[in-house]
Amino acid sequence: MALEALRVNRLRSALTMFGVVIGVSAVVILVAIGTGAKEAIEGEIAGLGSNIILVVPGQVGLGAAPTQSRLDLNDVAYVRRVVGDPAKVTVAVNSGESVRVGRTEVFATITGTDEYMPNIFERPLRRGRYLSGTDVDTRRRVAVLGAEVGEKLFGDVDPIGRQVTIAGVRFRVIGLYESVGATFGVARDQEVHIPVTTAQRLIGLSRINGIAVGASGPDEIEPLRQRVVDGLSGRYPGERFSAVTQTQLLGTIGSVLGMLTGVLAAIAGISLLVGGVGVSNIMLVSVRERTREIGLRKALGARGRDVLGQFLIEAVLLTTIGGVIGILLGVGGSLLIQALSPVPAAITWWSIALAFGVSAGVGVFFGVAPARRAARLDPVIALRAE
Amino acid sequence: MIFEEAGVPAFEAVNLTRSYRLEGVSVDALRGVSLRIHHGESVAIVGPSGSGKSTLMHLLGCLDRPTSGTLRVDGADVSTLDDAGLAELRNKAIGFVFQSFHLLGRTSALDNVALPLVYRGVGRAERRERARRALEAVGLAHRLDHRPSQMSGGEQQRVAIARALVGDPKVVLADEPTGNLDSRNGQEVMGILADLNTARGVAVVLVTHEREVAEAARRQIHVRDGLIERDTVSGTGPR
Repeated sequence: MALEALRVNRLRSALTMFGVVIGVSAVVILVAIGTGAKEAIEGEIAGLGSNIILVVPGQVGLGAAPTQSRLDLNDVAYVRRVVGDPAKVTVAVNSGESVRVGRTEVFATITGTDEYMPNIFERPLRRGRYLSGTDVDTRRRVAVLGAEVGEKLFGDVDPIGRQVTIAGVRFRVIGLYESVGATFGVARDQEVHIPVTTAQRLIGLSRINGIAVGASGPDEIEPLRQRVVDGLSGRYPGERFSAVTQTQLLGTIGSVLGMLTGVLAAIAGISLLVGGVGVSNIMLVSVRERTREIGLRKALGARGRDVLGQFLIEAVLLTTIGGVIGILLGVGGSLLIQALSPVPAAITWWSIALAFGVSAGVGVFFGVAPARRAARLDPVIALRAE
Repeated sequence: MIFEEAGVPAFEAVNLTRSYRLEGVSVDALRGVSLRIHHGESVAIVGPSGSGKSTLMHLLGCLDRPTSGTLRVDGADVSTLDDAGLAELRNKAIGFVFQSFHLLGRTSALDNVALPLVYRGVGRAERRERARRALEAVGLAHRLDHRPSQMSGGEQQRVAIARALVGDPKVVLADEPTGNLDSRNGQEVMGILADLNTARGVAVVLVTHEREVAEAARRQIHVRDGLIERDTVSGTGPR
């Protein structure tokens, strides 16, 4: 019966549904993008390796000023003693430098590190080998190129054994990384790894930027982090050191992105609300138009709640049909965005369920007022209406 | 039908009044009407427009409540019923025929006729079967799936009569049933109502301002200025 009423006014029903369709598909698409971004970034963090603790001087937090590092290689040796296993600790000194081959020049992040880097950060090599202990100890001028640096400088040519000039100093290429993409906007494919000792001389620094510790299991992370921070704080009284774990990073980023997704969903929700107002409006018009019908139904024995039910069902039908179409459009749109743009989109069942539930709820909420008006009509007056 | 006259009347009104407030002014549409209509009677309520006959019909049809006085429909005191109870009473005891037919425009004759049974909770198959029989009874077996717009005025009013009949009511209330029909169709509709009264024993209460229509009924109740002016039995019409 309700379906029939909607069919009778096809154009109007379609236009009314349109608002709900847009609202629901917007919710599904925006939540999919938000969730996709979150998953992608979490995937990147997890892709760094597992159970990593990053030790940096100063306090880490959003809005905290960067602190001048006073850590040096002696501190790395100290942390190695604290951790107990030297192979589980690595170091980083970073500097942006130009890398040149012949006339081709690219700008790259030079990372000075040591042979233990691969133990902590998972990153496959495409060609050659990684830095060795000897490379670090003897301050060799050897370099492992990020995928993008390698491709820009050498194209398809195998770079192993060839020369590159970093900040005016010649290095021999010993390894080439696989492409890994960016993490937090840091283009890791634009990195060049060289021995930390060589890097300190090249840049003219005795400091290091950070220490990374690999825990052997998730349960070990927290005690290990505490030990490293306590040890360093004891070594440099009055200074602060921070150790950030992946879990913390995931947590922080997850909550930020979760909030973002929530805001997007809320914006989409507003359009759903507007769609609901449209439904309410149309149902009111419909009640007015069908006053005679309502009067007749009442004369024939329809009780108030029969009429209420009839109009509520129509409103809910209107919004749920709109909701289903919106979900289909939203899923289709998300897949299309996924396919045609670099924006990741992850369709979540909860956003679909929520969108559907909300659209049905919108029908009830915005259908109640018109339906009650219909139910309360006086049959005598309603029958007389023209 | 004689034994029924001794029993509970279809309508029993004692000193009914009905006043409206129109923009603060009180208008007395009925000023104390008492009457008794028995099962199986054929009655015309006659009066000029504004006489209160429509108000009386709305009260008898349980579409409205009296301001004061007592109204019993098939023995039930209307004042003791809530709105849902009134709706049920309308559904079970009364069949309506309106001047302007009041059919659902985009709905087939069959479904129009079946509508009162929807509110009685009758299943779809039985509804359609009973609606079909009711349409056959008014000579529209060949029009089951036609919509009102595909039918003549006379046919539409016959659909409306079938709808009034489908629930086996005690009384059919017909408000100017021929008002929108030409005389030939009007006569046909009156014939069906008369048959209904004689063959099925359903009380028929006509509301009309046309003398000719009123004379088709056996008893005429003349209403003027909210009061019953005359209550006569002419004997020419069906009982």
